[in-house]
Amino acid sequence: MHLDHSHDSAMAVSADAARPDGTKRALRIGLGGPVGSGKTATVAALCRALREELSIAVVTNDIYTREDAEFLLRNAVLPPERIQAVETGACPHTAIRDDISANLEAVEDLEDAVGPLDLILVESGGDNLTATFSKGLVDAQVFVIDVAGGDDIPRKGGPGVTTADLLVVNKTDLAPYVGSDLGRMARDAKAQRGELPVAFTSLTAENGVKPVADWVRTQLAAWSA
Amino acid sequence: MDTSTPDPAAPGAARTALLVLADGRFPAGGHAHSGGAEAAVKAGRIRDATDLAAFCRGRLHTTGLTSAALAAAAAAGVDALALDEAADARTPSPALRATARKLGRQLMRAARATWPCDALDALAAARPRGAHQPVVLGVTARAAGLGPEDAAHCVAYETVGGPATAVVRLLGLDPFEATAVLARLAPELDQVARRAAGAAHRALAEGTGTLPAASAPLLDITAEAHAAWPVRLFAS
Repeated sequence: MHLDHSHDSAMAVSADAARPDGTKRALRIGLGGPVGSGKTATVAALCRALREELSIAVVTNDIYTREDAEFLLRNAVLPPERIQAVETGACPHTAIRDDISANLEAVEDLEDAVGPLDLILVESGGDNLTATFSKGLVDAQVFVIDVAGGDDIPRKGGPGVTTADLLVVNKTDLAPYVGSDLGRMARDAKAQRGELPVAFTSLTAENGVKPVADWVRTQLAAWSA
Repeated sequence: MDTSTPDPAAPGAARTALLVLADGRFPAGGHAHSGGAEAAVKAGRIRDATDLAAFCRGRLHTTGLTSAALAAAAAAGVDALALDEAADARTPSPALRATARKLGRQLMRAARATWPCDALDALAAARPRGAHQPVVLGVTARAAGLGPEDAAHCVAYETVGGPATAVVRLLGLDPFEATAVLARLAPELDQVARRAAGAAHRALAEGTGTLPAASAPLLDITAEAHAAWPVRLFAS
């Protein structure tokens, strides 16, 4: 038995940058956040914004249905063969953090079936403020919250808000109606995250996903370099 | 020095490896599967700890024994591909075959990262979409320095541990009660593991045809129905 043994036949292990055939795999970006904050809407908007320039696939982790996958299908943001749903046994955070095997299979199957791919978006099931992705599954992660969930969420922090590579504060158009102070959210986020970026989005606006799409392009440029 | 292989001369040397492999936190995908419990809960056949115990006992002595013997045989060194065919022959439900191969593929990934060896590589290369989970588990156990009875214990425990955890989530069943169900089944688990290991030794001499082929038709039928549910919490 050799711990330094080369295990390159049949499958790669978790975050290996190369696929079994030696080619570089797609960049994997995870999107997590509380229920209803707009993860699926963000994924859909990203697909629409980027699908002309990039080869994209999506893995969804619905908690108990295929609704997120079906939302993406219904809105025809990608062809059905580019969307795969993973079941999570009532524990969405387990599937993206503690036991990532089903999600790894899904990303590998997508690369096999519709590759070569530039980008795979892995959308978590709606969860709590502590849910983060394993580095064995994704290369970078986005945490999506919204102004209607309470403008104290950035102050509360937690691993998602504090450590995600990009924090998205969505539904800014609703701020005046729910009494959320965007300035306060920005200050609190800055205090929790230091130099890590924050994007304020309103997906109902024309090209509202642009700050996130631009961030994805930057990640991809670094990955491909 | 290679420190990944336990010293077989030392009694109980591989005990920790057994704990690692049998741990519900071992990242091999099991958390998303209920072992048929979700269908049984929905049908009203599992409502409390007593029902859970009956369900687990039934599963243990049927698919549990069959799977444990396959794992024990793989750990004893019976050809893994022959065992994979034997597993197909003992799994009439296409949905459960797919589940077994999916879980086998997931276990293979974890096993190759934890106890890398040529036998696992060879099986992964021959069955890139996944071999049956008990077969992969047996090969993994062997790689970890464990014996046939250890592998059988792992599978037998998983056979009842998976449904018990799922029922805690599905019914809000008291977790202490659910764990007590498992503890009270322990003597039967030991017995099934011993039978499975005995069958594995026989298969080594006489071939895979002698392995147990006990099955639970209701689990097969409900697995097919469950696989078609539009809304479910567990993958199987």
